[in-house]
Parts: sequence; C-alpha cells; structure tokens
Amino acid sequence: MKKVVGVAVGLAVAVALVVFYIVDWVLVSPPIATASSTGTQTANLVLQTVAAYGSAPNPDWVSYFEQDAQGQWEHTTFFTLPAHSVINVTIYQYDGASGFRNPLWAQVRGTGDGTMGLNGKTMNAINFADAAHSFTIPDLGVSVPLQGVPATGSNPCPAGPCDTSFDHNTIKFSFTTGAPGEYRWQCFVPCAAGTFQGWGGPMQTLGYMDGEIYVR
Amino acid sequence: MIGLWNRAGPLIRRLIVIWLVVSAITSPILYFLLGPHLPPFGMSDVSGFQAFDNAVMVSIVDPVIVFLVVFFGYALVNFRHHRGSAALEDGPPLRGDGRTIALWITVTGLMVGFLAGWGSYELWPGEHGAGGGQAPNPITLAVPASASTALQVQVIGEQWAWTFRFPAYGGVETTDLELPVNQTIEFHVTSIDVIHSFWAYELGVKADAVPGTENIAFVEPLQTGGFSIRCAELCGLWHGHMSTTGHVVSNSAFQTWITGQEAQWAPATKQLDPYSPVYHEQPEYRAG
Repeated sequence: MKKVVGVAVGLAVAVALVVFYIVDWVLVSPPIATASSTGTQTANLVLQTVAAYGSAPNPDWVSYFEQDAQGQWEHTTFFTLPAHSVINVTIYQYDGASGFRNPLWAQVRGTGDGTMGLNGKTMNAINFADAAHSFTIPDLGVSVPLQGVPATGSNPCPAGPCDTSFDHNTIKFSFTTGAPGEYRWQCFVPCAAGTFQGWGGPMQTLGYMDGEIYVR
Repeated sequence: MIGLWNRAGPLIRRLIVIWLVVSAITSPILYFLLGPHLPPFGMSDVSGFQAFDNAVMVSIVDPVIVFLVVFFGYALVNFRHHRGSAALEDGPPLRGDGRTIALWITVTGLMVGFLAGWGSYELWPGEHGAGGGQAPNPITLAVPASASTALQVQVIGEQWAWTFRFPAYGGVETTDLELPVNQTIEFHVTSIDVIHSFWAYELGVKADAVPGTENIAFVEPLQTGGFSIRCAELCGLWHGHMSTTGHVVSNSAFQTWITGQEAQWAPATKQLDPYSPVYHEQPEYRAG
C-alpha cells in the first residue's frame, strides 16, 4: 500500500511540474500583434527599439516594441501579417550603436529596391559600426540595419516605450510577404550589453531581439 | 561434460544452413537494390563514398539481423507448446563448451575487427575524404590532387545564419551558396560567435565552425541540383532555423550568379575586412 501511495504521489508531483512548466511558458510568451491593414494587400507595421525594456523581469534589456491599432506600445515581437501583401514598416530607433560583427548585415536587402529611408534620406547601407540593431527575416531575404543614435545625444530615452521627444532615428521601408507561413526574425547586432560578446540575454530570448511573424 | 554441439548439433546445422541461405539472398539484394538509394546519395565524390559505406554497413548488418530472425522464427515454430502435449522442460545449463565460445569470439571478433579497419580506412581524409574538417594545415595525404585549382569558399557561421565568402571574386560575401559542378571546392569553415557545424547534407560535408579557427573540407560536386545546409551543433535560440538550401549549377550558371552577387553585395563588400582565413579573429565589436 505504501508503494502505491509513493508512486501516486511521485506521479502527481511530476504531472504538476509539467503543468507548471507549460502554464509558465504560455503566460510569459509575448502577445501576438496584428499589423494595421491599410487597404487591399497592404498593411502598416510600426515598431520601436529601445536601450532598456524598463519593466520586470528584465528592465535593462534591449528590446523591440510594437504599436497596436490604438497607438499603444505593446511589448512583443510576434506579429501577424497578411500574405502576399506589401508591409510598410516604420521603426523608431532609440538605442545607441554597438555595431555588426559581420559587416554584411549593414546592407539593406529585400525591400524591393534594396533601400530604406533613414530620417527621410534614402540609403542602401549604413556604416556597420553605427548599427544599433537590425530587423532581419532570413527566410524572406529581408534585412534592414538600424542606425544607432549618437552617444553625444542630448536627450536619450532611459527606458521603453519611448516617445519621439527623445533622441531617435526613424527608419522606413517596405517588403512583400510571400505565402502563408511562420517566419522567424531577429536582430543581427550583438547588442546584449553585459553578456558574453553581446550574444546573450535579449539576443537569446523571444520578445526582445527575436520573434516570429505569422503570415496569414 | 555435455557440449552444445553434442546435444544440438543437427539443430545448429539446420539453423546455420537457413541463416546462410537467407543471408546470401538478402545481403546482395540490399546492397544492389537498396544501396543506391541510401543517404547521403551521390551528389559529390564525398557523399558517394559515404553512401557506399552505408550500403556496405547495411549488407554486413543484414546477416546479423537475419540470424536473430531465423533463430527466433525457428524457435517459435519448433519449440512452441502444442495443445495436449507435455510441458516443455528446460534443458541442463551450458558450461564450458569450448567450440561454442571459440566460434562466438571468432565471428564477433572478425566482424568488429573488419568494421574497425573499414571505418578507419574510410575516415582517413585522403582523396575520398570523410567530409569532415581537416584543420588549417591538412596533411599531404588529405589534400586532393585537384586542390591547386580548387574554388575556395569561406563558410561563416553566426547566430543564426550561414554566409559565404569567395576570395577569388573580390572577397564578396553572400547569404546564398551556389557551386559549380565538377569543380573541387575548398571550404574554409569558421564562426564569429559560438561553435556551429556546417552540414551540407547531400554533399557529404560536415565540418565544425569554431571561432578563431578555420576548418578545411574538400568536396567535388558531381551533379547539379539543390542541397540542404544545416547547423549540426546546438547553438542557441534559432539553431533549428539555421538552415538554407545551396545549389550546384553548371559552370556558366555559376559565373553568371557570382557576377550578379558581386554587383548586388557591392555596398557591403566595401565594408568587409580584407579576406582572412579567420573571420574577425578577435571580437572587435561588442555591446556594453
């Protein structure tokens, strides 16, 4: 009888741990945002990158935010985009530069004409050492470097989400989604300050410098 | 002492005959019919040798499996309990049958010894190469005769993408990989962050990508077509997505492609360091 009770208790503990793990994983996953439709086959995606998330559990991690249809900033890197559509992306970039390890990513790719708008100026690349982050969807061939704000700026944003009164760069570009599917995206700048060579923490965690795009 | 052969000689002889006959039929069938369809197929010289090795291994393993199946089937048919018959009793334990022990040790020793020798020979990085990396200075025997005319391609792993650099074409670096058919390729595999492993599956190449180290692998693609490229070393969040598809194309198609890549990547190429076997030997750029 003691054996049966022991096995039952052990089994119950194991099941509870599994359930706890799954629930915890579900609860900490960032929400999935939907890009704002602007008509047939087009949508807007508005993002910002910040030097510090500003909230628990990782207030000092670099991060992305996404603006919802009501103009509110949401902490997520999961987006739903319409298939076979032109996505007009605006990114407000508030972080300082840390630079690409691989200068290849300093070039704009996959935006149709291979250019982006940086504060209103059309460019096909930036200096690789001036990059703060990148918005890269490898499987769609899209990669856009995000120029860092100068370290000598007068009004750096201490924590996200930031408003445009703080020092920032505005990057605009468009890309075309393909067939429905799930596409991962990430930043290619080793921007995780305080981690080994900048590759840890937010570079390895969904919701900060990595995310998924659901093309429906 | 009652020996196994004295008690069960006819049974053993019958089993051996059945085993030899079935093995003699199935092993050649597996080698000749299944062998050509075994991975990693024959897209390159290296993968062709690997597919051959797999065919040999299957043919050798076949008699072992056949032996087990025959023994099991024979026992099921002949030693099963018949309704109404007396209960079967276990026989006396086997002890000290020298011929059985000698046979067992000889057969298994020959098999293991052959596989050890065969494996060592096939892994030796000679002309037929193992598809793995061969360190920065391969020993002479590991360098193909065609190495002097090889197309050098640097493979750069980073979290989480593969990029490819062609020193013979202005040092252009690309995110796609195309290779000319019937041309010896000299991969120089490295990494700029953590350890990855460059696995060009159908080419039979799997070489570790280690920061600060170049790992050389030779291969000659023999057929045009696509081949999958994956990371074979658990390397972080998107390790499972660190894959792409390479293509082996005709020489003229390759020239067209690489010329286009030089033009397409010109803005980035201007910023690349001069070609070096080790990509960014030191972490020059980091956050914080």
